[in-house]
Amino acid sequence: MVEPATATQAAAPAVPQLKDELDIVIPTIRNLDFLEMWRPFFQPYHLIIVQDGDPSKTIKVPDGFDYQLYNRNDINRILGPKASCISFKDSACRCFGYLVSKKKYIFTIDDDCFVAKDPSGKAINALEQHIKNLLSPSTPFFFNTLYDPYREGADFVRGYPFSLREGVPTAVSHGLWLNIPDYDAPTQLVKPLERNARYVDAILTIPKGTLFPMCGMNLAFDRELIGPAMYFGLMGDGQPIGRYDDMWAGWCTKVICDHLGLGVKTGLPYIYHSKASNPFVNLRKEYKGIFWQEEIIPFFQQAVLPKDCTTVQKCYIELAKQVKDKLSKVDPYFDKLAEAMVTWIDAWDELNPTGAALPNGKAN
Amino acid sequence: MPIPIKDDEIDIVIGALHSDLTTFMDAWRPIFSRFHLIIVKDPDLKEELRIPEGFNLDVYKKLDIDHVVGTSTSIIFSGYSCRYFGYLVSRKKYIVSVDDDCLPAKDNKGFLVDAVAQHITNLTTPATPFFFNTLYDPFTEGADFVRGYPFSLRSGVTCALSCGLWHNLADYDAPTQALKPEERNSRYVDAVLTVPARTLMPISGINIAFNRDAVGPALLPCLRLAGEGKFRWETMEDIWSGMCVKVICDHLGLGVKTGIPYVWRNDRGDAIASLRKEWEGVKMMEDVVPFFQSLRLPQEATTAEDCVVEVANAVNEKLGPKDPMFARAAKAMLDWVKLWKSVGVSSYSPGA
Repeated sequence: MVEPATATQAAAPAVPQLKDELDIVIPTIRNLDFLEMWRPFFQPYHLIIVQDGDPSKTIKVPDGFDYQLYNRNDINRILGPKASCISFKDSACRCFGYLVSKKKYIFTIDDDCFVAKDPSGKAINALEQHIKNLLSPSTPFFFNTLYDPYREGADFVRGYPFSLREGVPTAVSHGLWLNIPDYDAPTQLVKPLERNARYVDAILTIPKGTLFPMCGMNLAFDRELIGPAMYFGLMGDGQPIGRYDDMWAGWCTKVICDHLGLGVKTGLPYIYHSKASNPFVNLRKEYKGIFWQEEIIPFFQQAVLPKDCTTVQKCYIELAKQVKDKLSKVDPYFDKLAEAMVTWIDAWDELNPTGAALPNGKAN
Repeated sequence: MPIPIKDDEIDIVIGALHSDLTTFMDAWRPIFSRFHLIIVKDPDLKEELRIPEGFNLDVYKKLDIDHVVGTSTSIIFSGYSCRYFGYLVSRKKYIVSVDDDCLPAKDNKGFLVDAVAQHITNLTTPATPFFFNTLYDPFTEGADFVRGYPFSLRSGVTCALSCGLWHNLADYDAPTQALKPEERNSRYVDAVLTVPARTLMPISGINIAFNRDAVGPALLPCLRLAGEGKFRWETMEDIWSGMCVKVICDHLGLGVKTGIPYVWRNDRGDAIASLRKEWEGVKMMEDVVPFFQSLRLPQEATTAEDCVVEVANAVNEKLGPKDPMFARAAKAMLDWVKLWKSVGVSSYSPGA
């Protein structure tokens, strides 16, 4: 039986790392009671709360947190016509938080995610682990069979070339979930009672050239290295699809990271996912995506970015072009999405002027 | 969900580099005793083998090896490479092979790991090399494919190779172990995952299992370091073999898994003493990895044998000029395919 942690106070770190360099982005539509549980780990950090849904509703934030809250009115005011690229009535709106943040790192978490326990019963400081993941290199060019070689108690195995042991900068840290697993609607319908109770004590780099389904529930990234690629697409109200926001961002991000020589890690930390969404509602949202992903995946697998795309923005604009060229025939939605991707980059560059031309590693 | 496998479809192949196998065999008895074992004695080992009673096994010694392949060829089966002779003469579909200095490990609940059962599970459930599943093996109980995993890729492909891991003495190279002489691997990572297509990795020979029907000839004793010795730190034969197998599996649409089962590897040898010898092996990977990463096999190569020949020719062409060791390896690979075709597929039983 998997259970969330309770006594988290004792586990708070003496010195919260990166406390002035990291923003925590939380999309919410109901309330933020879950923050009480995370208080010892989150309180030193600035929160960006993106309120989805009805802007006239007041979201109560527990006392003692330093935060900025944005609702739909704020999004419209700040972005003007460009606000069209930010989803409404879907947690995809969280990427607005990435846009307005001024920090180097982002950690994003869902409001139904609690503190998990490791096998020894200790409360897991997910944020601390994400920071460790982001601050240590990735190894995408050759797989290490003992997983993360920079971790205490591990190293590179025999046969691992020494020239590849420095690794590359880590752009993304993808965490996992105990209890309610991140299944799609059909799987949820077939296995409504399945719970993830397996604690896999590993972090590993997802190899170059390999795509993965990126879940936005427990995710951290280096905004300066990859921020503009973290657009969560057009979902929710008025859109034909939902629950593919993080997937879309993940595929774009991975293609761009592979092109720029940046690393993506997955594995620890775990959080405790408490709420199972309604599988019938999910099925309606995902329905088209289940068919479309059969076309989308080969598209991303075959996507090649030209050598002169040396920044994330250039890569992203190029991807948007390719989406328009190759995926519009699947559905006109992709035309709209491609345009929204460009709008997003315009908004990014407008709100983050000095970051517009950061050289982000070598293009292949 | 896994295909039900009969015990008589499995051979356990042990390369004996130590003469006294009593502790080893007794420790593995609860797990090994149901199966047929092939024990191949390192032809360089002088002492008589000591093997406890109660096993169904065939033992092959230098004389047997000479008889089967001829004295000029038998040299390729020296040291750790002796186990490949066992792969050659086995007629079973699945082979499980562990080094003779490894014992059963314990899992994170303190139970003894049945390495054979886990390897067979790995080999008889599909692999998923075309898209990464963030919950690792989706065919394990309690797990599944996650949201966003394309449905057309959920049936997976045949898993041809299962690479296990090691507690206590991890498979580090000599420089790494010499730098951290006290470091021992105690972390139990409760996962098995498919190594993605086109991703290469160092495949250690210490604890592996494979589908002999699918990839038998692709596991090959063909690269020998000039200073190759009797410690894993002093060899690269398995790493070379593993690069070939992975490229061939990728080409044939077969899967390779890595992760559990763990075995417990005894402390042995002195990393610092081995440092001198293994430098050659460490250096060689700088050329070997880029070569295999860019290697593409022609469509016409549809069997493991064909693939080995293609790889051998490419090795000769591209790596041969860099070091005679590679040219020798390429020739050895072509000879190995011939040997496999003549000995690997006909029936044979060992001398007394």
